[in-house]
Amino acid sequence: MPQILMNTDMNSAAGPLLSVENLNVGFLQRTGVVDVLHGISFALYRGQTTCVVGESGSGKSVTARTILNMVPRPGKINGGRVVFHPDPKGSPIVLTDLDPRGKEIRAIRGGRVGMIFQEPMSSLSPVHTIGNQIIEAIRLHENVSKKRAHAMAVEALRQVEIPEPEKAVDRYAFEFSGGMRQRAMIAMALACKPDVLIADEPTTALDVTTQAEILDLMRGLQKELGMAIMFITHDMGVVAEIADHVVVMEKGHVVENGDVRQIFDAPRHPYTQKLLAAVKRLESPAPGKTSPPASAKPVLKVRDLELHFEKKEGFMGRKTSIVRAVNGVNFELQEGEALGIVGESGSGKTTVGRCIARVYDPKGEIEYNGTNLISANAAQLKQMRRELRMIFQDPFASLNPRMTVKQIIAEPLIVNGLASGADLDTRIAKLLTDVGLSPDMMERYPHAFSGGQRQRIVVARAIALDPKVVIADEPTSALDVSIRTQVLDLLLDLKARLNLSFVFISHDMAVIRYFCDRVAVMHRGKMVEIGQTDQIIDHPQHPYTKALLSSVPISHPSQRGTVQRHRYHPETA
Amino acid sequence: MIWTYIFKRVLWMIPFLFAVSLVAFLLIQAPPGDYLTTYVAKLAETNEALDQAALDNLRQRFGLDQPLYVQYFKWVGNLLTGDFGMSFEWRQPVSDLVWGRMGLTVTLSLATLLFTWAVAFPIGVYSAVRKYSIGDYIATTIGFIGLATPNFLLALILMYVGVVHFGADVGGLFSSEYKNAPWSWGKFFDLCQHLWLPIIVLGTGSTASLIRVMRANLLDELHRPYVETARAKGLSEFWVIMKYPVRVALNPFVSTIGWVLPNLVSGAVVTAIVLSLPTAGPLMLQALLSQDMYLAGAFVLLLSSLTVIGMLISDILLVLLDPRVRYE
Amino acid sequence: MSDVIASPQSSPQSTADAQDKYAVASQAQLTWWAFKRHRLAMVGLVVIVLFYLITLFAEFVAPANPTKQNRRAVFHPPQMVHVFDRSDEGLSIRPYVYEMKRQRDPETLAISYVPSGDKIYLSFFGKGEAYKLWGLIPMERHLISTVNPRDKFFLFGADRLGRDMFSRVMYGTRISMSIGLVGVAISLVLGVTLGGISGYYGGRVDNAIQRLIEFILSLPTIPVWLALAAALPPDWPIYKQYFVITLIISLVGWTELGRVVRGRFLAMKNDDFVIAARLDGASEKRIIFRHMLPSLSSHIIASVTLAVPLMILAETGLSFLGLGLQPPAISWGVLLKEAQNILSISQAPWLFIPGAFVVVAVLAFNFLGDGMRDAADPYEH
Repeated sequence: MPQILMNTDMNSAAGPLLSVENLNVGFLQRTGVVDVLHGISFALYRGQTTCVVGESGSGKSVTARTILNMVPRPGKINGGRVVFHPDPKGSPIVLTDLDPRGKEIRAIRGGRVGMIFQEPMSSLSPVHTIGNQIIEAIRLHENVSKKRAHAMAVEALRQVEIPEPEKAVDRYAFEFSGGMRQRAMIAMALACKPDVLIADEPTTALDVTTQAEILDLMRGLQKELGMAIMFITHDMGVVAEIADHVVVMEKGHVVENGDVRQIFDAPRHPYTQKLLAAVKRLESPAPGKTSPPASAKPVLKVRDLELHFEKKEGFMGRKTSIVRAVNGVNFELQEGEALGIVGESGSGKTTVGRCIARVYDPKGEIEYNGTNLISANAAQLKQMRRELRMIFQDPFASLNPRMTVKQIIAEPLIVNGLASGADLDTRIAKLLTDVGLSPDMMERYPHAFSGGQRQRIVVARAIALDPKVVIADEPTSALDVSIRTQVLDLLLDLKARLNLSFVFISHDMAVIRYFCDRVAVMHRGKMVEIGQTDQIIDHPQHPYTKALLSSVPISHPSQRGTVQRHRYHPETA
Repeated sequence: MIWTYIFKRVLWMIPFLFAVSLVAFLLIQAPPGDYLTTYVAKLAETNEALDQAALDNLRQRFGLDQPLYVQYFKWVGNLLTGDFGMSFEWRQPVSDLVWGRMGLTVTLSLATLLFTWAVAFPIGVYSAVRKYSIGDYIATTIGFIGLATPNFLLALILMYVGVVHFGADVGGLFSSEYKNAPWSWGKFFDLCQHLWLPIIVLGTGSTASLIRVMRANLLDELHRPYVETARAKGLSEFWVIMKYPVRVALNPFVSTIGWVLPNLVSGAVVTAIVLSLPTAGPLMLQALLSQDMYLAGAFVLLLSSLTVIGMLISDILLVLLDPRVRYE
Repeated sequence: MSDVIASPQSSPQSTADAQDKYAVASQAQLTWWAFKRHRLAMVGLVVIVLFYLITLFAEFVAPANPTKQNRRAVFHPPQMVHVFDRSDEGLSIRPYVYEMKRQRDPETLAISYVPSGDKIYLSFFGKGEAYKLWGLIPMERHLISTVNPRDKFFLFGADRLGRDMFSRVMYGTRISMSIGLVGVAISLVLGVTLGGISGYYGGRVDNAIQRLIEFILSLPTIPVWLALAAALPPDWPIYKQYFVITLIISLVGWTELGRVVRGRFLAMKNDDFVIAARLDGASEKRIIFRHMLPSLSSHIIASVTLAVPLMILAETGLSFLGLGLQPPAISWGVLLKEAQNILSISQAPWLFIPGAFVVVAVLAFNFLGDGMRDAADPYEH
């Protein structure tokens, strides 16, 4: 099954810097050894980037750790080897043969091969300063004085463009923003000028603009230092941005391995084709999209919406700081329209959605059907909640694990007194069919379903009351790429059939373009721009929108260098 | 920033201690009747009697005829000047009686605390790092049994072993020649020789629970990404564990002082009674039983203050140790 | 998470069955499956069930009246039960103990017991002293009794008044185990109410309750308990003592439960599925009772189980010091008070037996509670 496709044009004259050969890793379990890596092979070359792509559970992270002989317990290398050949004249080192706790491998870890991880917050010690951790890395591999190491640490921070590195060196990780933390991680990994940098999903936890900055930084550092980069990701856009070679993994097998252009232009394995197709479908608006007629009337009017969170502290609960989560937002939603709200984490987009559903008590005006929802009484609110429904981001958290699917979908019908007995059963069966699930699944509990299926259950619950407006809060971001379009298509289909209007919240421009008629861009509690989707995407006006759009990864390696990167840092940053 | 926090935290002690004094006062007032009722009952047992006039006279002299709040404020007011009132039973100022015993109680509690940490820390780390090893199972088993054995039972068993197998009474804190002697190096060494038994009796339960706390905390931390970062740096396995997860797990461990100390102070009372130690416990029990209210009140107040101070120390230590707390 | 579904290795038929079973398993069932894997917890469960059976049927389990004194059996040592009877007719299974004869040393006048060589045969469910089960139903049969009603036997020996320790320990089990349960029930009501209010409403109420809990936690329990217990008149009837002591113990014990409940409530209040229920139009009452409390229940049960042993230890400690239950009430603590005198225990070490019961009960509750805590969230692993 594992196809080893050694590409002939992968030919650095010096040969590979590091090669993984037929690597097999098993996990010891009560029932015996279960293999998680099945004889995988690929190579890293000096000055080049190899992207390892796959969906969650494909064995990407285990591979990265095995290279440094840090197989997570209860894993065990049971075949193959990893060969490191830093000096073309010297003899190669077989990393997998070294004692995992011995001196030789430790000299290589952090010295010759650096590593960075997905979650910069939890990957840095919470109780040691950044400087302490970098200095430690330096002094482990280089025989220098503390003072010299300190100076080198400051230099390393400057290299990754952290402002005021002299001060930053004495700070703790939690005092930094996510992007700065990842920069500090990179500084630490590169402090000893390693030959290889292994990056395990280093930008997955970051916002798209920060991701773009980190990718630019890594590219620049690679040019400067000439190291080989192994970049693990699940995002084909990131691959298109930076990869020279691509290794596609599925369920512990390398299913395809080749040059980045070959992979994008002529993928051979069906899994690669599927991955690329899922991305491609999101490159243009959905084919079945129905826009509202020009005569459509607004169903929802939001004026001067404001919500401030007060942080309280101390014994008497004094106010210490105010977070302006939503700071004066205005928009109208037309009948049958899908309005996207796009923004990065902390922009207040989720809070806007929850304000409309009246999870919070905001100020301003939300007019629905002639009623102001903010001053509505309990009965009005209950009526309005039947017509205005919500879909949540995390399908694992939004379903009560103690209720069966039937009970979950029945809940809104029962508490509103709309159905009971046999009628209830038929309605639930119909709802399940509507969202593409089988009615025999009624008695099952949520834990028996996959993420995509769970999101369908959430959708069924939302449409159970024949709503007019649906607020969808990042409904696809917790799902794998291949599932995303399926859920989006389901929502589009329901939108057309039931004449729904959508407030669609997302951080993902591609998803917005696929689904929405209009889009509003949010930044720090304010709406900076609103307009027709294609107009905003093609001709953004506000500098933040420009920065956001220019940060979205390209979809094909041939577009490299065609997008000019904008940066947006208002004075308050 | 740290200093303002500590200053604020110390300021908060004032209402806390005030509340403690109120509780202590209410507790000693809770029994029906007062010292004189108990006194009369005691006299009656030996067929003596006090006439009403003498009784009223006494009641007035002790201030027992005044309303409760007056008695309370008088008591608190005197407390501020260091006057704890008179012990009815001993006919002596309470302060003469309590300080020596409180000193020994504090010594015993602190020595036990140190013992507890010194034992629980390495065992807890070992148990977590070598999870499910034989050593871990032994530590866990001993820990569970230590947790399940009440202090006094352990004290009794050790005393039984002492008497039956060594023919010696192992109770007390001093040998008879030092019991009433003034402090000297000899007396100090004698104390150290006697202290180990109460420390073991008192410390076993807390040690057992601290081992569990340390083990659980460290197990939580051992698989955090920052541990992997440290390993990927090339740090040796020993230092990977000691510098990072152990250091992080130390914070909740240190903050346990807040509840370990009240436990130790509580346990010390019972243990002292069984082992007949000259600490606060036995005298307090006696004072409670005879409704010698100022003496009992002083003990309840001082023991409670001790634990409130323990909480303060643990909060301050935590701020010093954990930058995250400082940052908030 | 859903390994069962994902793993394609095992045979298709059995996985399909397992899948279906897993898919329709309620959370209670999943929890039970997770719990069953915890061997120590299962042992704890069995021990606790046994102890509560004794609690329920103490009169039936005890062969003798626990308060009946016997001057001829002062400090009678425990007797071993032999099961295989080797007599002239050969080997048979018939439980018996050897009779002990009382002797007085002519010089020191010290009393000692020596086996006389005679056998006292025992039988199950035989007739013995008459008693009233739960003070209501007159009965004569006991779990174990002597075949000849005039014989006496002492499985755990006798105390300084010649009372049968085994019977006393069984009656002590009743009081000590039930005090734990009643105490926890009171704590639970206080903890869930105050913790729930604190967590659900937040704000000022939360602040006030939090300060209260902190304050109570910072008080050293024993001095406070002692002071409260010293206020009890010693001549109160047993049932009154029992309830007041339980109340005193739980006044301090509820704080931990209150904290657990508050923390969980606070976290769950903003869980998506709770918000979803609110948006479904469910009433406040329905949200709390249908959505939040069931999710909390497994955690609450685990915390409660871990709180029972603390209550048992507290009662034992208080009674041991003479400030808890007073004789003629019998609890493990009251029994251990008899062991306080170093001379008595050096002469009659079996007075420690109630201590073993305390340790075993506390251990069993801890094992059970740990197992339940681990199993409470079957999705986390």
